[in-house]
Amino acid sequence: MEETTLLDLEPGMRGTVTRFAGTPGFVRKLRTIGIREGKTLTVVAKHPLGGPVVVEVNGREVTLGRGMARRVIVDVVA
Amino acid sequence: MKTVVLMGNPNVGKSGIFSRLTGTRVITSNYPGTTVDVSRGVMRLLDAPAEVIDAPGTYSLTPTNPAEEVATAILAQADLVINVVDATNLERNLYLTLEILERGVPTVVALNLWDEAGHQGITIDVARLEHLLGVPVVPTVGLSGQGIRELVERLSEAAPSGTIRPMSEEERWAAVGRITGAVQTITHRHHTLRDRFAEASIRPVSGFFIALVVIAAAFLAVRAIGEGLISFIFEPLFDLYTPVAMRISDALGPGILHEILIGHLIDGEIDYVQSMGLLTTGLFVPFAMVLPYIVAFYLILSILEDTGYLPRLATLADTFFHRLGMHGYGIIPVFLGFGCNVPGALATRMLETKKQRFIAATLMSLAVPCMAQIAMIFGAIGPFGMRYVVLVFATLAFVYIVVGLLLNRVVPGECPEIFLEIPPYRMPGLRATATKTWMRVRGFIGEAIPYLFLGILLVNLLHAVGFLEWLALVFAPLMEVWLGLPAEATAALLVGFLRKDLAVGMLVPLGMMPEQLVIAVTMLSIYFPCVATFVVLLKELGVRGMIAATGVMVTTALLVGGALRVLLIGF
Repeated sequence: MEETTLLDLEPGMRGTVTRFAGTPGFVRKLRTIGIREGKTLTVVAKHPLGGPVVVEVNGREVTLGRGMARRVIVDVVA
Repeated sequence: MKTVVLMGNPNVGKSGIFSRLTGTRVITSNYPGTTVDVSRGVMRLLDAPAEVIDAPGTYSLTPTNPAEEVATAILAQADLVINVVDATNLERNLYLTLEILERGVPTVVALNLWDEAGHQGITIDVARLEHLLGVPVVPTVGLSGQGIRELVERLSEAAPSGTIRPMSEEERWAAVGRITGAVQTITHRHHTLRDRFAEASIRPVSGFFIALVVIAAAFLAVRAIGEGLISFIFEPLFDLYTPVAMRISDALGPGILHEILIGHLIDGEIDYVQSMGLLTTGLFVPFAMVLPYIVAFYLILSILEDTGYLPRLATLADTFFHRLGMHGYGIIPVFLGFGCNVPGALATRMLETKKQRFIAATLMSLAVPCMAQIAMIFGAIGPFGMRYVVLVFATLAFVYIVVGLLLNRVVPGECPEIFLEIPPYRMPGLRATATKTWMRVRGFIGEAIPYLFLGILLVNLLHAVGFLEWLALVFAPLMEVWLGLPAEATAALLVGFLRKDLAVGMLVPLGMMPEQLVIAVTMLSIYFPCVATFVVLLKELGVRGMIAATGVMVTTALLVGGALRVLLIGF
């Protein structure tokens, strides 16, 4: 398995969250919306020109900015 | 009186349950010291009245934004909590549930959206969940009212949880996983047409075209509803009022009091648009010209909100608005502002930080003309050729972008990235939509109309004592030298504070060249908001914020006006 950031996944790719690179407040924010360690995320869309990333987790879609996506570390799911 | 607090994540149908529990006597107001709206109502609890507070949606009791701070503060007042949980997303919702139960407040859990969970192949063992949480758990469907009666009955059983004890954050996450695993079964289901549409509406290209269609449809609907309300309800009401106003006019006779209350008669009759009196134009503008569009806008906005489309629109718009210091929700004030700047100004509350709200409000006042104004722009400049109309709107768009880019760099403060959940599409309920629209309209009447009235009174007084004429004289050289406009145009720009569309009309008889008209009309849009928007902005931004915004507006207007003059007319 290859470790990378959520931002590096292209639409349609899946990754399992391994850890976060950020403050405790940032980590709590993501966890409470459902993005947690061990969860598998599917990238639904990546908006061009620095736009946000949309991921699916637990059957729900979440929009997050690229700066946040960069701080979510995932294992790529083949 | 006991206080019952509704707590839950955003988008779990809390407001639906709230309107089922309470009757019609609901009050929505700002939570003290914030711009967060909180609804309060009354219900019967054990044969005694109890206050019900609908706390803003929050994911946890460790607040990350003003709305969540308010939610946490409200929880502290609760004698009893109804924790509304989204049955289709139990795992994410349980974190807040555990935090509430750890506080030891008597709680009942409403497992809402129960029907939707069924459709999605999710089953939850309610008895088991009740046992694990140690408090009553009731499946509900807020929209149809299913389960509400049982929810109310079981409020009498509410007691602090017997099983949940305070724990650390890590332990809480572990408990969430354990409980979810024990009570929830998910059967896989196939993708439906709705899923495919949901995905298409959030992808860059398909989403863009869907957004264009939705926005166009929303505009047409607002226009149709607004115009319908005006011609079938509000204008007939004013026709009934006219004889009363005429009688007051006769009783007053000519004089300063008549000038202020009734204004000037046009051909011996009251003209509600032009008389400018407090009891004529002062009543007509807020009630028969602004209010109908406010009602229409809030109705459409509520529907868009309840279907779950807005977070998708915000996602699509984020690329653009993030560069201007806002995030995706920055599109809402623009969208509303094109109808009427007043709800647009109120909608800046959807943004999180002071910096974002300041930028959104300032840019809207600068570069988003309202519908009445747009109509007048077409009417005044259109006859000279559409290229002049295009020139005005292109200039305004340019101003929006350039000033936005600058403000993003200059204004201190944070502009956090977009971060939101995309709820599934839902059919809006008639009852919930109607309640929400009505509460917002009532809020507008209470918050904006009295100030609007005061603003008109002030302008009338200034006019009556000759202050406005004096100002026109003072600014005449500026007009002629800097902007290349005739001195008479000053009066129109000053009236623009009261009514922008009317001011555009005043420019027409001056016989200006089309280039001059373009300059005057663009200036009129940029230099200052109308009095109604001004009072709302003053409340939203505070005095200091408003002074800063005014500085930006006046500076931009003079720079843009001067630049247009050089480009279009020459020195």
